Amino acid sequence: MAFQTIPNVIISGIAACVPKNIEKNIDSSLFSNLDDATKFIKSTGIVEKRTVSDDLTSSDLCYYAAEKLISNLNWGKEDIDCLIFITQTPDFIVPATSCILQNRLGLSKECHAFDVTLGCSAWVYGLSIMGSLISSGNFKKGLLLVGETTTKTKSKQDKSTYPLFGDAGSATAIEFSPGSSGFKVHSGTDGSKFSAINIPDGGFRSQTNLNSLDMVKFEEGVVRNKLQYIMDGAAVFTFTITTVPKSITLLMEKSQVENENIDFLLLHQANKMIVDKVSSKLKFEEERVPTSYEKFGNTSCSSIPLTMVHKISSHLRTKKLNLIACGFGSGLSWATAYFETKNIICPDLIEV
Amino acid sequence: METKFIELFKEVLELEDKNVNLTDEFRQYDEWDSLVYLSIIAMLDDEYDIVIETDEFKKILTVGDLMEEVKKRTSK
Repeated sequence: MAFQTIPNVIISGIAACVPKNIEKNIDSSLFSNLDDATKFIKSTGIVEKRTVSDDLTSSDLCYYAAEKLISNLNWGKEDIDCLIFITQTPDFIVPATSCILQNRLGLSKECHAFDVTLGCSAWVYGLSIMGSLISSGNFKKGLLLVGETTTKTKSKQDKSTYPLFGDAGSATAIEFSPGSSGFKVHSGTDGSKFSAINIPDGGFRSQTNLNSLDMVKFEEGVVRNKLQYIMDGAAVFTFTITTVPKSITLLMEKSQVENENIDFLLLHQANKMIVDKVSSKLKFEEERVPTSYEKFGNTSCSSIPLTMVHKISSHLRTKKLNLIACGFGSGLSWATAYFETKNIICPDLIEV
Repeated sequence: METKFIELFKEVLELEDKNVNLTDEFRQYDEWDSLVYLSIIAMLDDEYDIVIETDEFKKILTVGDLMEEVKKRTSK
């Protein structure tokens, strides 16, 4: 069983950044009529989302979140000794975007920096990776930057993906804190279903070729090329409603924490159907399951920190909270964490 | 079982005032789309506590086939 107990670390702050541009699903030309659009919005809960212009990247969104967070934390930049950037939309194939961010943020050259590729499980994985690096005290202050310009990977002519997703970036400050209970994490992987969420070309298994940009019609309203994102919604839904509640239940049992002692359940914001289904299976009422999909769509790896900033920032700033976060998606990959926060720094949502 | 299943099935597809036969190929209904498919998955999980993997589901063509699959899985 993939359980980890990572003591001596705390989350000191969380910031999130979204692009200003709003796209409303009701206006989308992807739906054949108003009825279709209304039905889509009712089922998925996704009213609108934010989308980047061509010149904005995931690392830009994370950069703005990080600058604001570092400043509000009063951290000295020279004290940040670890930076992890997690995305599926890096600035370049080479080099790792974390190196570019180290320089852009003005961090010390004595900084341990690397990228990780993961989708919707990224933020929780990030807690476990950063937590493990800091837990020993080798590093004292870490920045976990998790962001995605997921709309850049979608075909605007694909109603099975485009209306669901939005762009966002986040920054999470993690600090060495001897004696703190830290993070408890359960994670899992099922690579047999990797093609359920996939971009076929552009990597090195199937390099970009002359046919990669051919737009192919798969059905009415589903037109895309091989450099664009495919999602088998039914396969992902089936996976989610079975695997996710199990992972959360296992972690709660292992951590000996009861449902009523959890202040908030932070779920990856895939859509309303998934969030409702998982919450009801676990018997968490609506009030304890904050959401952001209504206004921001599925923001992939950023969805958990974005939801925290969007919906529970006042609680985060002023209270001690027991939280469970669970991310799940491409891979297929999932991870659940149980942790406490106390009066953390949480700037208002940044818009650029 | 049969009456209840048909009722639930009609409810998900919003076919309340129409006739549904066990021999109907449900993917041919005008109302069938990917969102309805997700609602069927959710209904089977809620009502019968079963999850049919997408590869298995592809082989199920008619309303009757689906009902038989549910029967088979719930009797285990």
